[in-house]
Amino acid sequence: MKSHKFLWAFIILALYSCHEENIGFNEHVRPILNKKCISCHGGVKQSGGFGLVFRDNALGETKSGKKGIVPGRPGKSEMIKRITHADPELRMPPEEAPLTQEEIEILTKWVEQGAEWEEHWAYLEPKEQPLPVSKTDWGSNGIDAFIFDKLKMHGLSPNEEANPYDLVRRVYLDLIGLPPTTEQVEAFIQDNSEDKYVNMVDSLLASPRFGEHWASMWLDLARFADSRGYEKDRKRKIWQYRDWVIKAFNKDMPFDTFTIEQLAGDLLPDPSKDQYIATAFHRNTMENSEGGTENEEFRIAALMDRVNTTWEVWQSTTMSCVQCHSHPYDPIVHKDYYTSLAFFNNTLDWDGPLDEPLYRDYDAINQKKIEAVKAWVAQVSNAEEANKWEHFIRIQEPMIRPEDYKEIYKATHRNTQDQDFMIVYDKAHFKITDLDLSTIDRVYLDYSQRGPVAGKVVIKENDASGTILGEATLGKSWNFVNIPVAIASESKNAHLYFEFQSDDEKYRFLLNGILIGYKLPGTKDEKYTEIYNKIDAVLGEEPERTTPIMFPKPDPLSRTTQVFDRGNRLVPTDTVSPDVPKQFNIKNIALSNRLDFAQWLVGEDNHLTGRVTVNRFWAKLFGKGIVLTSEDFGALGNKPTHPELLDWLAIRFTEDWNWSVKTLLKHIVLSSTYKQSSRITEDAKQKDPYNQWLGRSSRERLSAEQIRDQALLVSGLLSDKMYGPSVMPYQPDGVWSVIYSNDTWETSKGADAYRRGLYTYLRRTSPYPSFVSFDASNRNVCLSRRINTNTPLQALVTLNDPVYFEAAVNIARDIQKQETESGERISKAFQRIMGKPIAEKDIEVFSDLLSETEAYYTSNKKEARQLVGSDNIELATLTIMTNAMMNMDAFLVKN
Amino acid sequence: MDLFNEARKRDLEYTTRRHFLKQCSTGLGGMMLASLMGPQYVFSGNDTVNSGFNPNNLPHFPAKAKRIIYMHMAGAPSQLEMFDYKPDLEKLNGLDCPQSLLEGKKFAFIQGTPKMLGPQYRFNRYGESGTYISDLLPHFREVVDDVTIIKTMHTDQFNHAPAQLLVQTGSPLAGRPSIGAWVTYGLGSENENLPGYMVLLSGGKSPSSGKNAWGSGFLPSEYQGVQCRNSGDPIMYVSNPNGMSRNIRKMSLDAIKAINEKQYKEFNDDETLSRISQYEMAFKMQMSVPDVMDVSRESDYIKEMYGAKPGVSSFANNCLLARRLVEQGVRFVQLYDWGWDMHGTNTETSLNHGLVDKCKQIDKPMTALIKDLDQRGLLEDTLVIWGSEFGRTPMKENRGGFENKFSGRDHHTEAYTVWMAGAGIKKGFTYGETDEIGYYGIRNRVHVHDLQATILNQLGIDHEKFTFGFQGRDFRLTDVHGHVVKDLLI
Repeated sequence: MKSHKFLWAFIILALYSCHEENIGFNEHVRPILNKKCISCHGGVKQSGGFGLVFRDNALGETKSGKKGIVPGRPGKSEMIKRITHADPELRMPPEEAPLTQEEIEILTKWVEQGAEWEEHWAYLEPKEQPLPVSKTDWGSNGIDAFIFDKLKMHGLSPNEEANPYDLVRRVYLDLIGLPPTTEQVEAFIQDNSEDKYVNMVDSLLASPRFGEHWASMWLDLARFADSRGYEKDRKRKIWQYRDWVIKAFNKDMPFDTFTIEQLAGDLLPDPSKDQYIATAFHRNTMENSEGGTENEEFRIAALMDRVNTTWEVWQSTTMSCVQCHSHPYDPIVHKDYYTSLAFFNNTLDWDGPLDEPLYRDYDAINQKKIEAVKAWVAQVSNAEEANKWEHFIRIQEPMIRPEDYKEIYKATHRNTQDQDFMIVYDKAHFKITDLDLSTIDRVYLDYSQRGPVAGKVVIKENDASGTILGEATLGKSWNFVNIPVAIASESKNAHLYFEFQSDDEKYRFLLNGILIGYKLPGTKDEKYTEIYNKIDAVLGEEPERTTPIMFPKPDPLSRTTQVFDRGNRLVPTDTVSPDVPKQFNIKNIALSNRLDFAQWLVGEDNHLTGRVTVNRFWAKLFGKGIVLTSEDFGALGNKPTHPELLDWLAIRFTEDWNWSVKTLLKHIVLSSTYKQSSRITEDAKQKDPYNQWLGRSSRERLSAEQIRDQALLVSGLLSDKMYGPSVMPYQPDGVWSVIYSNDTWETSKGADAYRRGLYTYLRRTSPYPSFVSFDASNRNVCLSRRINTNTPLQALVTLNDPVYFEAAVNIARDIQKQETESGERISKAFQRIMGKPIAEKDIEVFSDLLSETEAYYTSNKKEARQLVGSDNIELATLTIMTNAMMNMDAFLVKN
Repeated sequence: MDLFNEARKRDLEYTTRRHFLKQCSTGLGGMMLASLMGPQYVFSGNDTVNSGFNPNNLPHFPAKAKRIIYMHMAGAPSQLEMFDYKPDLEKLNGLDCPQSLLEGKKFAFIQGTPKMLGPQYRFNRYGESGTYISDLLPHFREVVDDVTIIKTMHTDQFNHAPAQLLVQTGSPLAGRPSIGAWVTYGLGSENENLPGYMVLLSGGKSPSSGKNAWGSGFLPSEYQGVQCRNSGDPIMYVSNPNGMSRNIRKMSLDAIKAINEKQYKEFNDDETLSRISQYEMAFKMQMSVPDVMDVSRESDYIKEMYGAKPGVSSFANNCLLARRLVEQGVRFVQLYDWGWDMHGTNTETSLNHGLVDKCKQIDKPMTALIKDLDQRGLLEDTLVIWGSEFGRTPMKENRGGFENKFSGRDHHTEAYTVWMAGAGIKKGFTYGETDEIGYYGIRNRVHVHDLQATILNQLGIDHEKFTFGFQGRDFRLTDVHGHVVKDLLI
């Protein structure tokens, strides 16, 4: 087969040329080690005590006492002896074909030259790459120079530019996720200006639809869903995060800021509401409310998901591999997992039923009170202090939860799903230790007491015999409320001793936690008490809307992080502090918390984020990344097809373009590479069946959301309403058979039934059926790329799902009104659906369909009536036709 | 030397596509493909792109089972009332549970010191094998000589959703492919007009783990279980819109095909060809699915044997459907029956009422399934599994430290019962032994990963070699665990 011959010719050529020069570890040696050796001599399995992930290790003594590699001395190196051994029993690799002569020569020569190690390509600093120079007038920008160079090297040439109709549709679908309307296409075609393409691209980048489209991609990575997962899979209101992502893309928030706000917005100085909402990125982890589940177990599961997701999204590194042991292939050791986990271990979320910490939005009345508080604090203190108080009211943290109480008596807390809250009985007491009381005004007991018996809390300093600092009555309350207790003490380091009393021994209540209220400024101001009353009033109200966010656990209560032996949290071993693996942090920059970590990810010493990010956007436009495995840049991932281009883009993106996603996308879609036709020549099919070298545009199937959005758009049904709670468009009855809750699918009415796919309610245990058929994620875990499939169930969706059928009827109805002659009707319908005129040769197919179906329906009028609800046979036949058009291959892919 | 590494790499997309083509190359779609593409077509066998594991290499060794029917009782039936007879537990009835059984153990609801609870039903020995079966299963005793009962199943998870995921996907966390997805990914379907992996639900609810229990995880979505519905379309969207007859649908599909063929001529993209054949398969499914899902076509004798009634949703109907589906070449049929969580908090969840009803619902049909498969010669190469996510405690549940109103048992991970039949599994055999009170397996314990390894083994699959790369790691159904339980095999 030609392609094989070609491949081998290429390999031999390359080998030949390397005989004369230095053997490069990454270029020549590593591929052999990865392919033939590393599965037994890696980071986990080190057969015979010989591992090839780290140089120190490889040069060390093996179990037999011999050295696998002695630099400069191939004859002394056991590895070389064994790969060339005459006895098949002793020869490596065992039970497999011996290494080829070339491979043996490479390894021998490499040992001879000193067995130097080179860092894996992805960990090296991206290098500024000169543009390849070629004798061609093809190409519009730097991207094309790199692409052309590789095409030439592989005996390929670029395709011609796509016809303008296909190109317009493609760039619309790629930038805003929707096809153009007939009018938009015509406007472009009629436009005679030279920069009409650039202008169109600019207008698409400025469209509000842009953010909606790119949010879909990001929400797969963020595993955004409207439910919490596992058995009960309760609703979770976290859609404000989805809206944050849309807005961030629309305003072209630089990707470094985008990163920092999502990972550590809560740790920024004086965070805004948006910055808090951004941190919901990591509150998309699952929560288990099933009866009898241990909260700590699932808090840890969520934490591990945060570690895995962060490393996958920003570093394309499979950190999940080192949860149980050192990485088998990449230079990451077991402990590194837990140093990463330490960044995330000190937040206040805890797998509880209330999904706290929450950002609370209140109704107008309470909103006014909050504003009054803010204005007053700003006046007696400053704006930053005012924001702090707003967030105190809205977030209600730090709340100290039962896990941090000491010397507990007559109060129980199992921290399992059936007892998430502490049960406090008559005569109970406990302590919160080591507080600086001089900074505290009051504490709030967040409690619920459903019985008829009242009680009270007495708070003392240090212990039972201490001074009484405050007390309050605890009456009946069905819901959790915050009861304020003023604390009067100036002690810098003291304990708070809580004592509970009632006249009735049956007294018991549930305690969620104790909120610490710091000193309110302006003590001398006349409105001080009035303001405090407002604060306390809002703290006792139900918010209108909540969003789970991250919030740091206060320092004195911070958790220590331990390594879990084999990943088992019940077997904790060494204590570790936050850090990243050595190889990723050559300069050894000290990173002490989540904010440091986030800043490091987008800092200049990080060699991966730029590459990983440009690769993701590239992959969305071309169907595959420059590194195909966009989720794994490690040793087992694919190598970049165009490493120089990847570095060139990464440097442009992070430096010249200041992390602007829109600039990046604009450069890509303005390239000649992007604008090529997707026609596949026979020659290209042979030489490059998978289009690695991009001598054509890839013909990708549209995503699940795009397929639905497109059908709604061309039929005129699509609503352009943005933002807000997720919607529930039609789905067949009985898809949700939910246990232990009254959650139901309430089919949305009006415009909400026709919103873009990304607004569709996503229940993790039962996602929207037609999206699942088209390979959408169920968002349980981070997903870097969806794998497109092509199945009969997809055909059934676009043929029969009532949404698609309704779209077909809608178009048919318009066409029937607009045109009278069947040829015109066919052209018009096709143009509306595909955005381009129908080819002459295709008209016949549809005119045949129209006449066949007309003959049929004329003799089966009842069926026509069932189809369209009237005796309008013409409408029935046109509907069959538009339904067929909306199932054309060309409609489901981008050409 | 990018290409070198490239050549070594398995690539998800290529694998999927090649597998699809391989799958189709035997059916009508395949014939059409071959004729359109001509002999020069070079897709399959291109092993420079894909070395290492390749699902086309399956089976690893000759298979005993060609297909699987897996009945999962969601909620966890009480082995102590059905299969695992413990006369000594009877003697301890009402006594405090010894502390040694409670120390260091976690239960979902039991608190403090619960009381021991003796078996609530009488047991007798049946069949030539003399297998113990309780009075709750009067029919099942007739087939004890055809099955292997494993009394020492154990698991790591004591909450429903994670435990169901563990037993169905090999991991307690959502997101891994289910066993049915693995199997159809590896072996494909024998009937291109039906999905290879179908799921039938009864008991009125979905299992706790939701659709993840039959999801495809990181495998391509075509391998996820297709849920057959109890009302409306048996498979979602399989019916044409009202007023669109099969004739009309044929006309419209012919037009779509004609246009797509032109599209292929213009762009030369092989995906267009596979789309053409997927539409053909969809058309065939529209015919075959309603047919196969219609139990009224069975003779009265068969319906009576299962206790099946056309038009209702029941475990009995699902057992009969399972037979109809495997008969048609469906590779993996998964049944879930909801409602087995007998905590004793009300009559429905009590050992004395709810459990009786549930057993009545399954006893006759599951027995009929074994007999019916046998009489058709299908049991020989159909593996039937009956099981759950965990078992129940020998102690009476005392939710919140108080006596429950009804007799119930809490979730129990250390020992529970699964039975298997057909496809090279021993007949009339009981495996493993639990202690006097049925708390621990004391001999021949079988972990859920062992069960999975054994199921794959019967399909000719080495569970350690059957992997799929995702997020940089080669995953398998059994994670890094599991041993084939050879003692169960003929």
